[in-house]
Amino acid sequence: MAATLLFVAIVVGLFLQLVHGSWESLTTFGPGFIWSSAWNPVTNKFGALPFIFGTVVSSAIAIVVASVVGIAAAVFLAEFAPPFIARPISFLIELLAAVPSVVFGLWGLFVLAPVLARSVDPFLAHTLGFLPLFSGPIYGVGLLTAGLLLALMIVPTVAAITRDLILAVPNELREASISLGATRWETTMRVVVPAARAGIMGACVLALGRALGETIAATMVIGNRPAISASLFAPSYTLSSVIANEFTEATSSLYISALLELGLILFVISVIVNGSARLLMFSMLRRERPR
Amino acid sequence: MIAGARLEPGRRYRGLAGVLVTGFCSALAAGLLIVLLGYVIAQGWTAINPSFLTQLPRPVGVTGGGVANGIVGSVIIVGIATLMAMPIGILTGLYLAVYGRGFAAEFIRFLAEVLSGLPSIAIGLFAYTLFVQPFGHFSGFSAAFAFTVLMLPLMVRTSEEAIRGVPIAVREGALALGLPDYGGVLHVVLPAARPLIVTGLLLAIARVTGETAPLLFTAFGSQFWEANPGAPMAELSLQIFTYAISPYDDWHRQAWGGALLLIAAVLVLNIGARLALSRGSKRR
Amino acid sequence: MIVQAAIPVKNAAPAGGEVVLSARSVSAWYGPKLAIRDVSMDFKRNSITALMGPSGCGKTTFLRCLNRIHESALGTRASGEVLLDGADIYSRGADPIVTRRRIGMVFQRPNPFPTMSIINNVVAGPRYTGITRDPLELSEIAEQALRRAALFDEVKDKLKAPAASLSGGQQQRLCIARALAVKPEVLLMDEPTSALDPLSTLKIEELMQDLAVDFTVVIVTHNLQQAARVSQFAAFMLGDEDRVGALVEFAPTERIFTHPQDPRTEDYITGRLG
Repeated sequence: MAATLLFVAIVVGLFLQLVHGSWESLTTFGPGFIWSSAWNPVTNKFGALPFIFGTVVSSAIAIVVASVVGIAAAVFLAEFAPPFIARPISFLIELLAAVPSVVFGLWGLFVLAPVLARSVDPFLAHTLGFLPLFSGPIYGVGLLTAGLLLALMIVPTVAAITRDLILAVPNELREASISLGATRWETTMRVVVPAARAGIMGACVLALGRALGETIAATMVIGNRPAISASLFAPSYTLSSVIANEFTEATSSLYISALLELGLILFVISVIVNGSARLLMFSMLRRERPR
Repeated sequence: MIAGARLEPGRRYRGLAGVLVTGFCSALAAGLLIVLLGYVIAQGWTAINPSFLTQLPRPVGVTGGGVANGIVGSVIIVGIATLMAMPIGILTGLYLAVYGRGFAAEFIRFLAEVLSGLPSIAIGLFAYTLFVQPFGHFSGFSAAFAFTVLMLPLMVRTSEEAIRGVPIAVREGALALGLPDYGGVLHVVLPAARPLIVTGLLLAIARVTGETAPLLFTAFGSQFWEANPGAPMAELSLQIFTYAISPYDDWHRQAWGGALLLIAAVLVLNIGARLALSRGSKRR
Repeated sequence: MIVQAAIPVKNAAPAGGEVVLSARSVSAWYGPKLAIRDVSMDFKRNSITALMGPSGCGKTTFLRCLNRIHESALGTRASGEVLLDGADIYSRGADPIVTRRRIGMVFQRPNPFPTMSIINNVVAGPRYTGITRDPLELSEIAEQALRRAALFDEVKDKLKAPAASLSGGQQQRLCIARALAVKPEVLLMDEPTSALDPLSTLKIEELMQDLAVDFTVVIVTHNLQQAARVSQFAAFMLGDEDRVGALVEFAPTERIFTHPQDPRTEDYITGRLG
């Protein structure tokens, strides 16, 4: 059917266009682009490293926080909460997924960042300041703020999928554990959650993919400074943010091409991460089939 | 051990602690949503008034003005995107539902999965290379195209499920009546799948309504009324972004107002989708 | 005096054995629906009792009340008394979790924990319910339990293999070993062989005779021949017009099969019912 071919054409075309657009940059800088920290539109020297750093670190913070909170919430909602609590809370968490990212960014910029700058960051600097992670000046915007905001944005993904996976674990496993004299908590942690292990990891990787690609909210709270620093309080820059901020100002064709190459890198990372997520979840589905 | 013996306290307390910690986490996530909504409502409420909804933005530094052109622009862009995404998405879903098992079908499903995970800014870049670069100027249409691409995976997936969900008996009934195959599809199968397709459509619209990133270099934004999709257009989420990162307090206030409008629209669409879903399943 | 049953019962009931488990007037509900009413019976130590009856007669529901697993689902409830060694497991102060360690259960379909190896499945009970964590003790317990379940020789070289790699009959014996590892006094078995092939079924039936030496076994079965082969006591249950199950007759197996007292029992045994 024609519509289907059009659909295929769009997807394939996307990839090709990105490659085509970044050709100039690819050929000029070669693979060194990836570990170069230069970013100077004036001298036309570009490198992706600070942006890869910013993207990776902010997403890492996000996924660590979101998987802990998300899996915990899913466990509670699937196993322990009575229906009159589980339904409204599940609904609220799903609603979190519908909020536009610019609204998250707005809230992050005017509410989260000041709150962190006023209370949490100084506390961390005071208690854990000996670690390079929490040293340095506090601006409010920075890697930590962005990581936490991203975490809030991807928690629904982790929680919703994990909850479905846990509910799908066959009841007979729970009964087997209970009949041995285990408590509900022991049953959940020792039997039910491990049974859903692969799928839960897939959900986390999927959420990671979302965090990596998030643009607007990250831009508004990450500080937009291409620098690599050890401190989480420091401002940084993500791949998507720099594209967002500088694309319309890009003057030379090399500049544009470099930005397009950043887009290509983002595309490739996203495909790899999402692909692994699907693989993990499929492997779990396959194992569920009876021998 | 006596039958009436109690559970070892260590295990009991561990279980209790576990429930409390996990319950706290779920309350945290749900609570943060409420906090966020609360701020948007509290801050945005003061900005909403008739002039906000009907006027154009004022020049930089002058207070007042509204986001009317953004609202109109959003409607136009999303509208065009819906018109483009609907046929492609539904028909592709139809193809997958009918020719489900071949290698080609699996490949298309794979592409849809890949597409759904892509960062929206990459899709914006794609729209830029196709519709902005060659023409030399920004346009609402390029934004609509980006939105179409964003809507497609969702539409394809829900359409396929919706059509698959129509019992084979219905299709056979159409054949038995002598309807030709196309007639069967058009008059019987699609209407039967309509509730789920509508749900998918509403969800897809809700998804793109809040999108901002691709707009940065497709629609680009505008200070003026612009109904021509061939020209740069204002868009609500883009305006919110621009106002928010500006240094002006009045613009910040308007950003909250715009956010309130945006969230209200997205919530209405989501709830509408749920209603369509429940009404559809009730009919079955 | 008693006509020999067509299929001989292997273990004669220990005469005058003490009662280890006693159910008194047990009723159970699924939500508002009453499922079984006032079921009472006594189980003698080291005996094998079969619960028989057509589908829906409540035999499985009653079994699940004996280890308080019936109430683990949402909206279910049970009443009455179940005395284990004289103490009521339904009394206020009695925790069902502790009870379940003393009354173990094997289910209709084998349900080994899929993410654990064979040996980890067996020791899951003792390890996670706090009996012991010492690896040496655990491996001893595992070997004992596996031998008791007649599975040790088949798996001793692959204890770390995933439990899912075993055949259906082996998996069920693994579940038996797992239940035995916590050293219960009573073992409840809910149609343990109905999902297995005839060879595995026979193996498990022979196993039951051996287990009765140290444990008391209660088995739900819809297979009359199995009940006759395996048990010393048998209970026949039936659901009434409202689908509420009740006990019809309880007697030594030989008597039930040769001189059933109640006409309904006779109908069931001769195949006229269910």
